[in-house]
Amino acid sequence: MSTRFEGTDQYVATSDLMLAVNAAIRLQRPLLIKGEPGTGKTMLAEEVASALGLPLFQWHIKSTTKAQQGLYEYDAVSRLRDSQLGDDKVKDIGNYIVQGVLWKAFAHDAPSVVLIDEIDKADIEFPNDLLRELDRMEFHVYETQQTVKAKHRPILFITSNNEKELPDAFLRRCFFHYIKFPDKETMEKIVGVHFPDIRENLLRAALEVFFELRDVPGLKKKPTTSELLDWLRLLAAEEIPAEHLRAPGGKPVVPPLAGALLKNEQDIALFERLVAMAKGNR
Amino acid sequence: MLTDFFLHLKASKLPVSTKEFLTLLEALQQGVIGPSIDDFYVLARACLVKDEAHYDKFDRAFGVFFKGVTAIPGLEAEIPEDWLRRVTQTHLSPADRAKLEKLGWDKLMDEFRKRLEEQKEHHSGGSKWIGTGGSSPFGAHGYHPEGIRVGPESAGNRTAVKVWDQRQYRNLDDSVALGTRNIKVALRRLRRFAREGAVEELDLDGTISATARNAGWLDLKMRPERHNSVKVLMFFDVGGSMDDHIKVCEELFSAVRGEFKHLEYFYFHNCVYESVWRDNARRYATKQALLDVLHTYGPDYKLIIVGDATMSPYELVAPGGSVEHFNEEPGASWLRRLLDAYPGACWINPTHEPSWPYRQSISLIRQIMADRMYPLTIDGLERAMRQLSRKQ
Ligand SMILES: Nc1ncnc2c1ncn2[C@@H]1O[C@H](COP(=O)(O)OP(=O)(O)O)[C@@H](O)[C@H]1O
Ligand SMILES: [Mg+2]
Repeated sequence: MSTRFEGTDQYVATSDLMLAVNAAIRLQRPLLIKGEPGTGKTMLAEEVASALGLPLFQWHIKSTTKAQQGLYEYDAVSRLRDSQLGDDKVKDIGNYIVQGVLWKAFAHDAPSVVLIDEIDKADIEFPNDLLRELDRMEFHVYETQQTVKAKHRPILFITSNNEKELPDAFLRRCFFHYIKFPDKETMEKIVGVHFPDIRENLLRAALEVFFELRDVPGLKKKPTTSELLDWLRLLAAEEIPAEHLRAPGGKPVVPPLAGALLKNEQDIALFERLVAMAKGNR
Repeated sequence: MLTDFFLHLKASKLPVSTKEFLTLLEALQQGVIGPSIDDFYVLARACLVKDEAHYDKFDRAFGVFFKGVTAIPGLEAEIPEDWLRRVTQTHLSPADRAKLEKLGWDKLMDEFRKRLEEQKEHHSGGSKWIGTGGSSPFGAHGYHPEGIRVGPESAGNRTAVKVWDQRQYRNLDDSVALGTRNIKVALRRLRRFAREGAVEELDLDGTISATARNAGWLDLKMRPERHNSVKVLMFFDVGGSMDDHIKVCEELFSAVRGEFKHLEYFYFHNCVYESVWRDNARRYATKQALLDVLHTYGPDYKLIIVGDATMSPYELVAPGGSVEHFNEEPGASWLRRLLDAYPGACWINPTHEPSWPYRQSISLIRQIMADRMYPLTIDGLERAMRQLSRKQ
């Protein structure tokens, strides 16, 4: 097994991202990844796992997720039910301890990758509740009086969309990398990964429109890489010619299938107004 | 010199900790990066900076430091032992020191020395060190008589302009000490737990008694989880003088949204008059009569008004005083009406507290609020929340 991540042919990783990933792997510290939605945070963990040939254990966080759920849960209700039915299983409490994502990763016989995705969704104390477990890579199961210890420290990725939600004590233990929204050049590479055969002129024109759109002040939700990819897929499927993305003379138009890029009604209205104004100025 | 770099970051007001600095040393010691200043930049950032809002500050500090190094003569006289000892003596706790020892002190020292030698050789060969493959993170520090030149004028490196000199993260910078997290923690003082909403938790006591009553046959009882059930009604001033406080108000807003499940909010300009609006971008379309608001939300709502309370006193006490429209009743009457409707109320003011006595309108509003005005600081918010959570 190689333990250096060099990017994959599915995923465009900038050199600084790769460096941060490899530093985290080498020093066995968690890597906290932040960035706008759609900048490839979730995909990074998947790609690192597949590039290194390691299994990936994913924990997607919701607002109701508790730290304990990543370790284990005691299914008291099933046990109560089984006791009513006279099931023999009921004598062993261990039958009702349900392993969480971290336990599964700790118990795995070989190194693995763990993704704690969108940690900022959880309650504000969630990261603090996991500090000790992630530091030591072990925890105690009170019901069965056993200590679960990682056989191999997993490579840990943590993603977050939000600003400044995480406690300092937690942050100090992590490597941190902020994925900047891709510049044009990087974006071309990303698109190339997804659509190796896309028409060159269509791609150019589409990227131009896309980046202009992102610069429109006051948008509620800027289109992300995912939206660009969806849009390009549609443009290609409908065989839209590149020239249709602009009015003659290079003036902006509302581009075809713009609904794939702007999903918010207010944003569409704002953009249409701006286009109308630009036309009026001529 | 690495220690100096660390101290320089601290002096530049970056919140770096010794623990993180040790991680950086450990990473260097483990050879995570080759001898390149670009890589050192990325590695140091990943180890030391945990918030993209500080990236820009880091870039500037990095640029200054590694430029500064070339300008200080005589640095080559300093030997590594000296400054490493200094780290251990002055900056590390005993625990940290032990940790560094464990890292392999001798190996670390050897590595430093080796790099030092290499640099000297390179230099005597007259080759342009930085152009031939970059600098060592260890050596970047003046052992080389010419030091390392970074910044826009250094040629031949991977990029013409160094990343840190491009200031790519400039617009992520913020110097507001009050983060959303801190605000949330302060807001937590205003909590009232209640069980309502979807059933999602086993009610153990309920189950036991129901099961007993059921002759031992299981009768499961579920109940909703505990939620913060406090209800909050907020009014935000979006008047011109509030522009200076947009950022911090946005943070407050986002924290409030995250913290309170029952939240209603409206906007006003300078002073509350007969109408307020719900969506500041669509002000006229979302206008609502204040009386309707009062009738819709009951007295159990906590009233929080956010504004700088800075206006001409006219706007407050005279009919027709509004800068925007003709109001038949003075702002003060509307404010009193609000306070009558909501016994739990406070005013949060983003301006500097010591300046309040010098503003007539602030004094007036404080009077009307019966002194329940608090600055938009962590301490102010805590005071406000404590006051709000008292039984009214
Ligand atoms: N660097 C990249 N290389 C290839 N595809 C990417 C990259 N970044 C984003 N994408 C595309 O964008 C989609 C969204 O990425 P995702 O990892 O879900 O973003 P995030 O988790 O940051 O919101 C991915 O499914 C992929 O198609
Ligand atoms: Mg994601």
